[in-house]
Amino acid sequence: MTRFSVVGVLLASIAVVAVPAQAGKGRLLATGGATTVEGAGGGGITPWATLSSYAEAGEWGATVAYSEAGVDDFGLQVQGVSFTYSNRIEVSYARQEFGLDTIGGELEQDIWGAKVRLAGDLVYGDMPQISIGLQHKRNQSFALPQAVGARSDSGTDYYLSAAKLWLNGPFARTWLANATVRATRANQIGLLGFGGDQGDSHELMVEAAVAMFVNRHWAIGAEYRQKPDNLSFASEHDWHDLFVAWFPNKTIGVVGAYTNLKSIAGLPDQKGWYLSLQASF
Amino acid sequence: MIKPIAFLLLVFMVLTPVPAKAQQLYQELGGREGISQLVESLILEIATDDRIIHYFADADIDRFHEMLTLHICEVTGGPCTYTGAPMPEVHRGMAISASEFNALVEDLIAAMEAEKIPVGTQNKLLAILAAMRDDVIRL
Ligand code: HEM
Repeated sequence: MTRFSVVGVLLASIAVVAVPAQAGKGRLLATGGATTVEGAGGGGITPWATLSSYAEAGEWGATVAYSEAGVDDFGLQVQGVSFTYSNRIEVSYARQEFGLDTIGGELEQDIWGAKVRLAGDLVYGDMPQISIGLQHKRNQSFALPQAVGARSDSGTDYYLSAAKLWLNGPFARTWLANATVRATRANQIGLLGFGGDQGDSHELMVEAAVAMFVNRHWAIGAEYRQKPDNLSFASEHDWHDLFVAWFPNKTIGVVGAYTNLKSIAGLPDQKGWYLSLQASF
Repeated sequence: MIKPIAFLLLVFMVLTPVPAKAQQLYQELGGREGISQLVESLILEIATDDRIIHYFADADIDRFHEMLTLHICEVTGGPCTYTGAPMPEVHRGMAISASEFNALVEDLIAAMEAEKIPVGTQNKLLAILAAMRDDVIRL
């Protein structure tokens, strides 16, 4: 927590000192999305082309988030902070703590992220919003990952995302879809290190999300994330979730989800819940 | 790899917008009377919106009310002919920012809420007006 606070304060000071622009919330409600388990703006398990906070052109915004997931034999806690400038660039930091409730012990990871919007706008125009990003991950508890065959304690994911919002989609509701292609060599998003006996180079993975806004404040949706399978000690599976998101205003965002992470580290049938709270400034 | 791609294609196909029937939206908005009432509510919202009220300081509000009512009537399929100037001409020189455009969108949503217009009808109108953004902002 202390380490997290220090980093947060540091990033906040940099943002305040370095950016001669106004904090602002010029974008429409919910267009900043939520904060993913890797700290980037997006859904829950996959980053979107959207940038966090509500900063439009010439504005900056900050978002802090706390997320928890609980599946049968594991618990994940994530603290995240991100800054967005001018709806153009997003910089993020997340700290993950993954409790091995049945096996015993804990895995920890730091993730530094950056995302740049290349073209398009989520809401306006025919073109989707397209962004590229990277996530530099540093596993802080490498003994266990190493013991099961992981090759390195750090790695960088690169991704390309496209997102589009239809104000008047099917059923006269607002819909959002996002597709992400990620190059990664992370095992269980990096919590089990990077690379292994079955593969040690970047592989392309597909991720997708769809959401329907029931009204301005409530959305329901689903996400999918394909994952590599580098470790022979336990096969790794793709992730899915079904979520409900609530945006009461431009400050608060809440996401609840039912997730199916299949088997993790050989323990089968990891189903459970996910809850994420974020505040944007 | 095939499964997610097929899934995405399906999603994009389903989401490709279907054009609304002529007049339908006009009627959903309560016809000329309903639209006039909506524009009045919108003007009340703008009047208390510090983000954009300055643009309207010298505007002829009666004309704005009449012209915007006509314009919305026309673009929603109603039996009206908009007689004002084209959108880029009206907003040229104002240098309206993306944030200020969204401010007006939010005021319109608030006005539609005040008029108890259902979300589906709101979305249809918002989609039509959103398509005009490039004729309004940064001019
Ligand atoms: C799609 C969005 C918009 C539409 C359809 C629209 C439509 C119109 C129409 C029909 C008029 C009357 C034109 C006339 O009198 O001939 C008008 C005037 C005006 N609009 Fe817009 N407008 C939009 C967005 C905006 C925004 C975002 C702003 C400012 C933030 C704005 C500021 C004004 C002002 C100040 C006038 C009055 C000009 C005057 O009479 O001096 N409009 N608009």
